[in-house]
Amino acid sequence: MTKFPLLSLLVFTPCIGAAVLAITRRASASVARVLTLLFSLSTLGLGLVAAASFDPTRTGMQWIEQHTWIEALNVHYRLGLDGLSLVLVLLTGVVSPTALLASWRIKSSARAFGALFLLLQSAAIGVFLALDFFHWFVFWELSLIPAFFLIKLWGGPAATRAAYQFVIYTIGGSAFMLLGFAAIFAATGTLDFIRLAQEAADGALAESLARAGGWWPTAVFLGVLLGLAVKVPLFPFHTWLPSTYAEAPTGVSMFLTGVMSKMGVYGFLRILWPLFPAQLHAVSGVLLWLALGGVVLGAFAAMRQTDLKRMIAYSSINHLSYCLLALFAVSAATGGPKPAAHAAAAALSGTILQMFNHGISAAALFACVGMIESRCDGRRGLHDFGGLRTVAPVFAGLTGIAMFSSLGLPGLNGFVGEFLIFRGVFGLAPWAAAIATLGLLATAVFLLTFWQRVFHGPARGATTAGFAALSGVEYATLVPLVALMFILGIWPQLLARLINPLITTWAGHLNLP
Amino acid sequence: MSLSPLQLCLLFSSALFCVGLIGALARSNTILVLLGVELMLNAANINFIAFWRFGPAPSPATGVMFVVFSIAVAAAEAAVGLALVIAIYRHQKNIRLQEAVRLKG
Amino acid sequence: MLMSVTAAHVWLIPALPLLAAGIGALTPRVGRRLAAGAAIVALAVSFLLSCGALVTALADPAAHLVHNFAWFDLGDSAVRLGWLLDPLTAFMCVMVTFVGLLIFIFSTGYMHEDANFTRFFCFLSLFAAAMLGLIVANSLLLLFICWELVGLASYLLIGFWFHKPEAAAAGKKAFITTRIGDLGLLLGMVWLYDATGSLLFYDGGNGVLETNALGALTAQFTIGGLAVSTAIGLLIFCGAVGKSGQFPLHVWLPDAMEGPTPVSALIHAATMVAAGVFLVARVYPLMTADLPLTGVPLHALTVVAAIGAITALLGAVIAVGQSDIKRILAFSTVSQLGYMMLALGVGSWVAAIFHLLTHAFFKALLFLGAGSVIHAAHHEQDIRRLGGLRRPLRVTFATFAIGMMALAGVPFLFSGFWSKEAILHAAHGWTVSPLPLYVALAGVVLTAFYMTRLVAETFFGTPRSETAEHAHESPATMTVPLVVLAIFAILLGFLGTPAWPWLQARLEGRTEIHGHSLADGAGLMGLSIVLVALGIGAGWALYGRRPRARAAATDPIEGRAPKLFHALRQRLGFDELYAATVGRISDGLAALADWLDRSVWDGTIRFLARLGVFAGVVNREADEDVINGGFDAGSEGLRRGANAYSHAQTGDAHGYLRVVAIGFVMLVLVVMLGGGR
Repeated sequence: MTKFPLLSLLVFTPCIGAAVLAITRRASASVARVLTLLFSLSTLGLGLVAAASFDPTRTGMQWIEQHTWIEALNVHYRLGLDGLSLVLVLLTGVVSPTALLASWRIKSSARAFGALFLLLQSAAIGVFLALDFFHWFVFWELSLIPAFFLIKLWGGPAATRAAYQFVIYTIGGSAFMLLGFAAIFAATGTLDFIRLAQEAADGALAESLARAGGWWPTAVFLGVLLGLAVKVPLFPFHTWLPSTYAEAPTGVSMFLTGVMSKMGVYGFLRILWPLFPAQLHAVSGVLLWLALGGVVLGAFAAMRQTDLKRMIAYSSINHLSYCLLALFAVSAATGGPKPAAHAAAAALSGTILQMFNHGISAAALFACVGMIESRCDGRRGLHDFGGLRTVAPVFAGLTGIAMFSSLGLPGLNGFVGEFLIFRGVFGLAPWAAAIATLGLLATAVFLLTFWQRVFHGPARGATTAGFAALSGVEYATLVPLVALMFILGIWPQLLARLINPLITTWAGHLNLP
Repeated sequence: MSLSPLQLCLLFSSALFCVGLIGALARSNTILVLLGVELMLNAANINFIAFWRFGPAPSPATGVMFVVFSIAVAAAEAAVGLALVIAIYRHQKNIRLQEAVRLKG
Repeated sequence: MLMSVTAAHVWLIPALPLLAAGIGALTPRVGRRLAAGAAIVALAVSFLLSCGALVTALADPAAHLVHNFAWFDLGDSAVRLGWLLDPLTAFMCVMVTFVGLLIFIFSTGYMHEDANFTRFFCFLSLFAAAMLGLIVANSLLLLFICWELVGLASYLLIGFWFHKPEAAAAGKKAFITTRIGDLGLLLGMVWLYDATGSLLFYDGGNGVLETNALGALTAQFTIGGLAVSTAIGLLIFCGAVGKSGQFPLHVWLPDAMEGPTPVSALIHAATMVAAGVFLVARVYPLMTADLPLTGVPLHALTVVAAIGAITALLGAVIAVGQSDIKRILAFSTVSQLGYMMLALGVGSWVAAIFHLLTHAFFKALLFLGAGSVIHAAHHEQDIRRLGGLRRPLRVTFATFAIGMMALAGVPFLFSGFWSKEAILHAAHGWTVSPLPLYVALAGVVLTAFYMTRLVAETFFGTPRSETAEHAHESPATMTVPLVVLAIFAILLGFLGTPAWPWLQARLEGRTEIHGHSLADGAGLMGLSIVLVALGIGAGWALYGRRPRARAAATDPIEGRAPKLFHALRQRLGFDELYAATVGRISDGLAALADWLDRSVWDGTIRFLARLGVFAGVVNREADEDVINGGFDAGSEGLRRGANAYSHAQTGDAHGYLRVVAIGFVMLVLVVMLGGGR
């Protein structure tokens, strides 16, 4: 391949940025911030280039790069881009710069913060573009390291504990995944996702694994499932999430919820589902209940939170569980008596759109809470405020838009994904859709409670002291996100055209064993 | 009783060996001990020659070769030994073997 | 130009107010004239376009003119939306834009002093846009989108005075209560989508309201033996129940009166709350699809009729015990919406729409009249503290009285009479059960009674508070809309009298009009006239003849039946009941979820972590004691052994030689004694 290495550039430009920041010892904080932002924006720029040259009529990978890396182990450096990866790369491209803008005012060592952040961004892009488990896993684990330091060093009072919990929990999960892939490698001699998916579709993967013993395919499947389930997180593996999101600095929370949680869902779509269709189908009944647990209990648990960041963290659990709900419903219906390609297409489209939309709206909500926090001495309790809309009407409006986007108001981005998920899940597992509506209701309750307590009523608590108007940087954080909410809410075709061929192929190949 | 030449030689070398052994054990002068050791070595050399000369299957020069090597080794040993003696002398201003006990464990 | 408004152009009707909303949102607070002007001009143009659309629609009333387009790709098909133009759409558009326009104008006077004036017009325009979008939608999905946006606008406007905690709470309550119904609608919608593969109402034979789809829906059965169309219809009806304040989700509507009065008039009386009725009327082919089926346990319309009847009676009964002028009107709205649902349920959707249209005018009139009263009396809303306002507020009184008579159904002259008659006739003709008719007749008495009470307490007698004494008539921006609405509250009835049912015929898509002689239904009409007279008479006897003397005086009904009156004043305890059940359950579920998180899931993880730490401790101990200890002990033994052995090294060279000699001798001896072998 002598083509322009666009994808490598996408992956490594932030990495180069981190290196540049690491060596420019004498750069002042503001220079470091601008450098970080520029390198971070490279993802958006290159992502848009990729989107522009993306051929949405073709299924399969585009811009493929392939080089032999470790010949003895049959490891290749392989990058590729399809609709799913492209959407997530664009999401990363949008969320990362805004997250950096939200962290514009961090107090200590902007240079280190920027370098770590760029490393994190690079790892996320790597996960979304890698097609070989070997370096996919490297990126997957690499993302933990900068995240750990970002949380621990720039986080809130209980950040150390939260950072340890986050990293150990996640590594605990991915250790099983690594074992699983070691077994796959031993059985098949390759780690190429696409080849493995083909073998899985022919049933050859399970056969080769079963040669070591009849329970091997199941064990490997469970290992990979565990690794991904912790990352997303799937209920009940979610308990690391609220404290991590609450303790991380605002920008990092934005990135974690906006991008990193998508890595897990991406793994489900790219790895678990194609590689273990039969096994996933076998346990999808249980998994559906777990996803429902996330949808319903996540939302209800959010109702009880008094810390605003924890509340939004729980709403993230709720929203991501919709993605998994849709995927599990598709898997549960696979090979069933009822040909449900349309419902499956809706569910899968919904999943991908929901990933993007949740990334935007949850990041915006975290940014809003961060702005409140930074103005009110770090207070962010539900009962610490009142009447904020009186003193900060514009900020209230922007927060309100983010909030309504999160609760799935039509006209804003959140609705399209949720509608498609409900439409799909109803066609595949009607009872699950019926129960999941409880989650929608509870989401409305807690978000409106948040809005009412904090913004409405007479000025109370922390807001009586006044509320400084939004700065230019803060506008730059929120306005792009809010604009995207409107654009994608009204014109979802922008994203839908990128993923639709992929969705059609997926939905067409559902009569697997 | 008549002795064969080989037996005579062996008797002679045994005597020489005993002289050397007694010398090595009894003398306290380190150089004399070394001399004793050389005597024992030479007793062994005589045995080599005797067995070669009067042995059942005398082959060309094997015994002589052994002895030549042995003498060469003895010369080297004497050189090292004398160097040690000088070192001991430098240390304790005499060469009495009983006093050289610094290696005691 | 008006003639050329076709289905492809109807999108302009909602788009213009949306544009005005955008302008309003971006206008700074000082730009009051710009925001209000944009809103009014946009709506006025929309009104003209609606009139053009009406002309187009009436040219061929049986046709459903559609313009469909793809919204976004989905799999090998696409999600499609569309615009629809038929008489129902056109009449609704004209009504909404016209009433809306009057209320916009009224608001410029009413909200004159509010600091957030521009924001108010932004929200009003947003509401108008969403409501009009809902009406012109040719897709249940687009309808749902606008439906939710209408809910958002309602939320924002109820809580417009958000610094008042009650207003903020009322907005939230309204949003969440209606959302409960909306979830039913969402499920119904996705079910419909799944069952038919489309959400377009009319699509050249492939729409969900067309024969093919309906045939498929009635051919399948689901839980409990219900036809699929029944189940979907009932789920869609859930949405209508929430939005139209029907029992059991009616609790939000009275609280919604916390919003500014023009909002109450526009949204919570004239238009938005009628959206539920409109929705059921729009999907009427679906709702009635199961009627030919026999042997099904339930028809969708039976439920609609039952809910409508219950609500009609419930709202009227509770209205009797209220004393806030806006809440009386709010419960009256609940009751009237119940009438409309009842009409839908008994099979006459045109009667429902007729009542919807007349109600929109006279209820908007009543609310704006109430607004004028409140404005004049400096935000005093308690009828016990008003009184004697007929002299200072002449225009308001006259127009309010017209509205009251229209609502009460005073015969022949007023529009409410004709539309209510249509409903009563429809109920009379329903073969399933006579109960809705009885309930409707009981409602007629109660309506006349509580409206008489309202007018008597507010406008007759003597002023019973400072503010009521100093009341002045409102400015022309407020009274002119009242007069216009009053004229329509009278005239509109003549579009649908039994003698010349023009409106009904056009709605049903007929060009010829089959009038009846009034004598055909004279018995029922006579009965209802008697009942109206009875209600007004009783009201006047209790409240008009001997007006209340003081604000704190006991209500005549309270004097006679205090327990009943208190129950009515407490709205029959629905709020408390819901707080004790739904509220408690949801709190409990939240507490459970939180507890599960903190104790069970996190507890499990902590347990695993402890297990890990314990393993670590065990490992460390094992390392220290067994492995390290073992090596230490071994090394120590070796060292000691070496020490002991090193004593053998005397350093005495003679000693060594002796040992060598002894060894040699031993060797020689062994060799000799062993025989040299």
